[in-house]
Amino acid sequence: MKILVCISKTPDTTAKIAFTDNNTKFDTAGVQWIINPYDEWYALVRAIELKEKDPATVIHLITVGGADAEPVIRKALALGGDEAIRVNADSQDSFYIASQIATVAKEGGYDLIFTGKETIDYNGSAIGGMVAELLDMPFISLAAKLELNGTAATLTREIEGGEEVNEVSLPIVVSAQKGMAEQRIPNMRGIMAARTKPLKVVEPAAVDALTSVTSFGLPPAKAGVKLVPADNVEELVRLLHEEAKAI
Amino acid sequence: MSVLIFVDTAEGQAKKSSLEALSYGAKIAEQTGTAAEAVVLGAASEDLAALGRFGVKKVHHVTADVFNNFDAQLYTKAIAELATASGADVIVLSHNLNGKAIAPRLSARLKAGLVPGAVSLPETGGAFTVRKNVFSGKAFANVTVNTPIKIVSLNPNAYPVTETGGTAEVVAATVQANEARVKVASVNRASGEVPLTEAEVVVSGGRGLKGPEHWGIVEDLAKVLHAATACSRPVADAHWRPHNEHVGQTGFAIAPNLYIAIGISGAIQHLAGVNRSKVIVVINKDPEAPFFKAADYGIVGDAFEVVPKLTEAIRKLKGVS
Repeated sequence: MKILVCISKTPDTTAKIAFTDNNTKFDTAGVQWIINPYDEWYALVRAIELKEKDPATVIHLITVGGADAEPVIRKALALGGDEAIRVNADSQDSFYIASQIATVAKEGGYDLIFTGKETIDYNGSAIGGMVAELLDMPFISLAAKLELNGTAATLTREIEGGEEVNEVSLPIVVSAQKGMAEQRIPNMRGIMAARTKPLKVVEPAAVDALTSVTSFGLPPAKAGVKLVPADNVEELVRLLHEEAKAI
Repeated sequence: MSVLIFVDTAEGQAKKSSLEALSYGAKIAEQTGTAAEAVVLGAASEDLAALGRFGVKKVHHVTADVFNNFDAQLYTKAIAELATASGADVIVLSHNLNGKAIAPRLSARLKAGLVPGAVSLPETGGAFTVRKNVFSGKAFANVTVNTPIKIVSLNPNAYPVTETGGTAEVVAATVQANEARVKVASVNRASGEVPLTEAEVVVSGGRGLKGPEHWGIVEDLAKVLHAATACSRPVADAHWRPHNEHVGQTGFAIAPNLYIAIGISGAIQHLAGVNRSKVIVVINKDPEAPFFKAADYGIVGDAFEVVPKLTEAIRKLKGVS
């Protein structure tokens, strides 16, 4: 069993969001970078659990990014995984990233390719589906459970107002969300081991991006909360009905 | 030249998020002087000609049985085939749970740029540019699609369902379809409840409610508002409520018209999942709760006293007994 886990580096949840260069670039000054939580808590940890059940499993991690992505991928290796691949390119758009991952995955012959359900910076939910299409594989999106029995996979995916159980044969691409696994903290042994795990750097394939971000902006600030006394809920109902027109 | 809209169905009925996509796609067609057409895959239990009221002229209906279950790969192939046949240069779908599986596949298949989770109509004067939320709702990006065919997946609750009147011509369509590689073993949909990601009003409870046995006041308020119920992460982690109610950074991101947070302090991770709500009401006994800074309306008070009174006052307003 060979598993590929896609890892993205994202600004910490509490990072201040600001833009430079006439609002065309994210201001990275002072930003702490983390592994995208969905990639880490759900995709990577589930892959590690599968390896714990079947030690013959090999886990590769992949990220598309510059050398500054290496601390984050080392942190991922500290949680688990056998080796990492960094495609040495600045991310351009989802299709560009997915094409790089698909190019590497084609060579690697993976049975299972994991992504998180989305990154917390671009919020695109696009990489997994694109990789699946490029590799002609089934894609189970927003999966909250995954069980394997040989090459047969049973997954639970979220649908509006409920869930659906899917059965599919490997190889597949899965985007993982809450429920798939629980967050883990890397231990000292893992952190030490990660230092010597192979981190292969490959040059990107020539691919044209399909989209570009023209500019960023911040939503208008809220006007501030209107407080209503606790003994006058009728006033809140009036405001919601007449002013906010929300009920 | 046309706009093609994929209509996602549940039990043969178009989802509300798809009615939004239809309305949005029809508006793009109007804006660009072209026609809007729709695609429905699988059996329908409603009169598809009536989808014309949202502004589409034609509905391509593929009735092959294989489409009665969802398989992103088959759906993608079918939509791509119909898009090519109809010469669509804009493809619109909802960024709902199925849309998130289809839209990226379509983009890769057609080499057509995708704006996932659009929140505005495109600017179509020169470049085709659409706004989407980024950084979990803390900012937005204007994304330009640089390919001849453009794909937009529309965030749920970002564009109103708009009826303009009219009837659509329903055309039986066939596409090449293999067998589904994904077998749907079971579908478990809570009936009668409002799906969280489609709800216009969401009532949400946090640790301040002290235990699952106190959720009655949340449910009563939700019922009178025809709202979905939700919860914060600690509540889901403590198994007071099911995980599919968890909203926030690592749960669902929602954007209802009205979000009522009861006994939730408003950690930044929680806000990331709800900050796109149009109106936020916070009820918390701690006046220092950070959530008040992100709220439009607030009551500092004991939820166990305030919420039942609020339910009663809304019931009076709505005239239901």
